[in-house]
Amino acid sequence: MSLRKVVRVRALAALIAAAATVLLTGCVGGAATAPDDAGTTTLHLVGYAVPKEANNAIQKKFAETTEGKDVTWEESYGASGDQSRAVLNGLKADYVNFSLEGDVTRLVKAGLVDQSWNSGLTKGIVSDSAVVIVVQKGNPLGIRDWSDLTKPGVKIVTPNPASSGSARWNILAAYQQVIANGGTEAEAQAYLTKFFNHVAALPGSGRDATNAFLQGSANVLISYENEAILARQSGEDFDYILPDATLKIENPGAVLKDANPKAKVYLDFVLSPAGQEEFVKKGFRPVIPDTPIGEVAGANDPTKPFPVPSRLFTISELGGWDAVNAKFFDEGGLVPDIQKATGRSQ
Amino acid sequence: MTVDSQQLAPAPAAGAVTTGGGRRDRQRLPRAKRATSLTPISGLGLGIALTWFSLLVLIPLTAVLVQASMGGWSAYWDALTSPQTLAALKLTVGQAVLVTAVNIVMGTVIAWVLVRDQFAGKQLLEVVIDIPFALPTIVAGLVLLSLYGPSSPLGVNWANTRVAVFLAFLFVTLPFIVRTVQPVLLELEQEVEEAAASLGASRLTTFRLVILPSLAPAIASGAALSFCRAISEYGSLVLLSGNLPYSTEVASVRIMSSIEGDHLTEAAAVASILLVVALIVIITLDLISRRVARYA
Repeated sequence: MSLRKVVRVRALAALIAAAATVLLTGCVGGAATAPDDAGTTTLHLVGYAVPKEANNAIQKKFAETTEGKDVTWEESYGASGDQSRAVLNGLKADYVNFSLEGDVTRLVKAGLVDQSWNSGLTKGIVSDSAVVIVVQKGNPLGIRDWSDLTKPGVKIVTPNPASSGSARWNILAAYQQVIANGGTEAEAQAYLTKFFNHVAALPGSGRDATNAFLQGSANVLISYENEAILARQSGEDFDYILPDATLKIENPGAVLKDANPKAKVYLDFVLSPAGQEEFVKKGFRPVIPDTPIGEVAGANDPTKPFPVPSRLFTISELGGWDAVNAKFFDEGGLVPDIQKATGRSQ
Repeated sequence: MTVDSQQLAPAPAAGAVTTGGGRRDRQRLPRAKRATSLTPISGLGLGIALTWFSLLVLIPLTAVLVQASMGGWSAYWDALTSPQTLAALKLTVGQAVLVTAVNIVMGTVIAWVLVRDQFAGKQLLEVVIDIPFALPTIVAGLVLLSLYGPSSPLGVNWANTRVAVFLAFLFVTLPFIVRTVQPVLLELEQEVEEAAASLGASRLTTFRLVILPSLAPAIASGAALSFCRAISEYGSLVLLSGNLPYSTEVASVRIMSSIEGDHLTEAAAVASILLVVALIVIITLDLISRRVARYA
């Protein structure tokens, strides 16, 4: 075969390969958007996995209103940070529901969510919860409060604050309760060091941590009130303790800039007593004061599910997430330093 | 022993290894011509292969390296010299090497048993071997946790220790060497071994000088796969290892943490180190297998 012929053949091969590529990408692109049927609106919800059932119940109620009558949903659930990054990278979303404010802030910085998203009555928050201490049935170690966690024999499991954003609530609660009880920053740091000396495992997510605890990896689980209530609703047998001083968990929800206008109507519905009621049923604390609170199965006292701890502090009292991340969790922050000290000594 | 091996040297050359030698001979003569001539069909094949490979591997890999270099050399260096990252890398690579070494022995033994021995339940074992491939790794983690965790029926508790990392790596990498060695072993002509035996070679000598050289390339590629699979493992460790920094935290968890903290450069830097380590190991294994094969 002559050289020219070879070149021609190769060019042909390359051309065919290129054409195949274009065809492939064409296929991928073509499936993106289908027009709605006349009269119905499709809203895209992207959220973290935990409140899926609550969201679905709210959607059902929303469909009974005149505004929400013809709305159909396309939903995507996963780990909060992953979901936020997916939206950033082009996943279609009208309404997002994350576990951490930072996951919405990421979209604000990218220009996908309006700056004013957190200027409403609830400051962008759609559900609340609290950090709780989960113990084995009957509380054999007699744990009442944070101070009991550093006693001999206590083995703590809490989700990994490095790889799971929402795990950071737990670490911050353990730290700030010292200060809320009148301690100094140095005392809080000393407590956190002792706390990490008792940590037996740092699983990837809140749900993984619950699983590890149920498998018996540890005798104390730091978790969220709603997670504890939901697990008990689905038949898990353990006790949970709401400490006197603990951190309020605040989960944001937001509408994207170029969302269908119905998404804003939906967000307003989520923030109405009717919407909040569905969160309550799944163990979340309402963000609207006049939400009817019925019986919540799985709570310590189902008729009085959400006792108010004597000191319930918030993330803004700690300076907001940006300050908290820099101080506690980034490289060179308090938590990596403590882990360095405790990890080496193990 | 030395006499044996001298006597035996021609024997394997007549048997299994001829394929290797023969190919080399065939290539030698027409190489100059063959290197530039592609038929239309093979040209198309090459085009498709390269496009496919670029789309799936080369372009994403380049993207990782570009991302790693985004923050400049100092950011890259900072990410890698973090003691926590170093500890994670050391643990991951160390355990992967250990696991690969175990697999080289156990994988070859299992392949041998599956090919050469007849026993009840052989078919079943054939199928079961592949389960670590099919099982979602998080499920593998759960299975291992219930077997070797706090409620273990065996009375051990290896959860949240380095043993857990070792076990998880072993579990997910088990099939690789078995599946690469098996077909080669099937092709191996047993007459060659018989000839070696009739020439007075002990079983060990036969294995060392006849069988091992033919298996070496297969073992090496299986070992490379198993090593690479191990250093990238994440799912099965989520529940099992406890992710304790400086103790049981592996590299992929560090990468996850960097991504969660929106430090993409850090994540890419760690990933690029894993890539380099994998490359070094693949090349080393290839060199060793060539050397072993040449002994024949």
